[in-house]
Amino acid sequence: MQIKTVTDRFSKNRLAIAGLAIVTVLFIIALCAPFIAPYDYKTINVRAILMPPGKAHLLGTDDLGRDLLSRIIWGSRISLAVGFVAVGISTVIGIVLGSLAGYYGRWIDSTIMRFVDMMLCFPSFFLILTVIAFVGPSIWNIMIIIGLTSWMGVARLVRAEFLSLKEREFVLSAVTSGAKDLRIIFVHILPNALTPVFVSAVLGVAAAVLVEGALSFLGLGVQPPTPSWGNILTSGKDNIEIAWWLSVFPGLAILLTVLGYNLLGEGLRDALDPKFKS
Amino acid sequence: MIPVLLGVTIISFSIIHLAPGKPTDIMTELNPKITPEARQRLEKYYGLDKPILVQYGIWLKRIVRLDFGNSFSTDSRPVIDKIWDKNLPLLDRKLSITLLINILSISLILLFAIPIGVYSSTHPYSFFDRVSTVFVFLGFATPAFWLALLLMMLFGVKLGWLPISGLKSLNYSSLSAMMQVFDKAQHLILPVFVSAFGGIAGMSRYMRSSMLEALRNDYIITARAKGLSETAVVYKHALRNALLPIITILCLSIPGLIGGSVIFETIFGIPGMGQLSFQAIMTRDYPVIMGLLFITAVLTLIANLLADVCYAFADPRIRVNKG
Repeated sequence: MQIKTVTDRFSKNRLAIAGLAIVTVLFIIALCAPFIAPYDYKTINVRAILMPPGKAHLLGTDDLGRDLLSRIIWGSRISLAVGFVAVGISTVIGIVLGSLAGYYGRWIDSTIMRFVDMMLCFPSFFLILTVIAFVGPSIWNIMIIIGLTSWMGVARLVRAEFLSLKEREFVLSAVTSGAKDLRIIFVHILPNALTPVFVSAVLGVAAAVLVEGALSFLGLGVQPPTPSWGNILTSGKDNIEIAWWLSVFPGLAILLTVLGYNLLGEGLRDALDPKFKS
Repeated sequence: MIPVLLGVTIISFSIIHLAPGKPTDIMTELNPKITPEARQRLEKYYGLDKPILVQYGIWLKRIVRLDFGNSFSTDSRPVIDKIWDKNLPLLDRKLSITLLINILSISLILLFAIPIGVYSSTHPYSFFDRVSTVFVFLGFATPAFWLALLLMMLFGVKLGWLPISGLKSLNYSSLSAMMQVFDKAQHLILPVFVSAFGGIAGMSRYMRSSMLEALRNDYIITARAKGLSETAVVYKHALRNALLPIITILCLSIPGLIGGSVIFETIFGIPGMGQLSFQAIMTRDYPVIMGLLFITAVLTLIANLLADVCYAFADPRIRVNKG
């Protein structure tokens, strides 16, 4: 597939471009957080508790007088980190298990796919909650556990790609020229199977950001004083009757992030594989 | 089905029991006078001193007789009583509350998503289709717990139209039967809407693409060519085929819906399975957690089975082939 046709198709899709713009801006904000945040995110100011949005504090302050805008800006780092590391973990697991199942077939395939069925049987959010509560909430634990519970889709995708690719001539020629199994899997077949995996990884970041938000909101995610959009919303809930801004803005940040990654992912899918375009 | 269920219980049992820390630690950590001997007695009392395989064997032997064991919490009630309390009216039992909310929200999802999807697919790129596409992307991206907060703020705090927590008003028992139903419905509106919102967005998207796919088939051309009305073509020929993948997606989404119950039952203070599981998780109530995971796994498998039945119902080909 020519790269030019892909970029052409992508750039004609306005929604996809909007997604790319949102994602890029979020990246810049996360990278430059120390420079663009107007206040320090953890300085408590007893004289500015629960101030509504105004000149001094653009988005208001929280119940400890900390600047909400600065906390949201720093929170974007958490979301980004959780999203990427979790997706990295789930993608690697999904690729390895999916390739093994698809390439070897037989009992390896049926064992792995039964395992996938079992994992899909769990209410994954409940499982994540349980494990986090047991091992203790920390940003690393969240990343690892979200990753460990969300690889099933990737595994199924990779397996399906392998099933059709392994019958093709270039694989046969690799086999007859004496290449080892691992070489055939990772050098010959896998690169051809990566397109849908890439798309699902972009969409996976959005899903991971949502899960992190929910976990932190329930108090089982990133722990204060480290700001995360989810744990700011917890204080929004505690002050629901007096401080609307604490509930509205962090949620908007989550919404925009997830929207951005979803639009980008769908746009990439349409651009990379015109079959899906309906 | 049985092997999958067995696998699920093995995985959950080992995750729960191999995680660092024990429930007895939480029970005793606030008591400075506790001696190691007392702690050991406590562990023995709950059967936590045995090797994990033996513990699993005991649990499995009980579960075959539908005995989930007793809760570790101070009331030590049987787990089954916590989930399905026979002393309460049918609709007040935790399992019924969560099932009721989920069934209502699935109905709401189908009620909205199917017409939206069908209309969008028969009028692609129309104004309505564009608006619904925007709605779909927003619906996908809205965190359910945030939506819950916003709605609580708007309808509960600002307008004061709807109650924001619990399932019943304080004066519930003094209301007439009619008013009791009304009162409960009022309490259910927000939770059901919140849990259905994302699903409506997602499902109408799937419905749209599934319908577009179905409408491209040759039999649609045939149906049009033999002069059938457009209504018959869309609703009898296309919709029936387009519903097949929707059934699968709906059934696959059931574990997610049940997992989501944890979030909105905690936010809205609804005394259902979700709230129970959150409490059980926080206090490391092993028997309750295992019981809940087991029940959700069974519910998911039942949903999968239902999907197969619906498939056969919707698609005569499957009925014929499998006998």
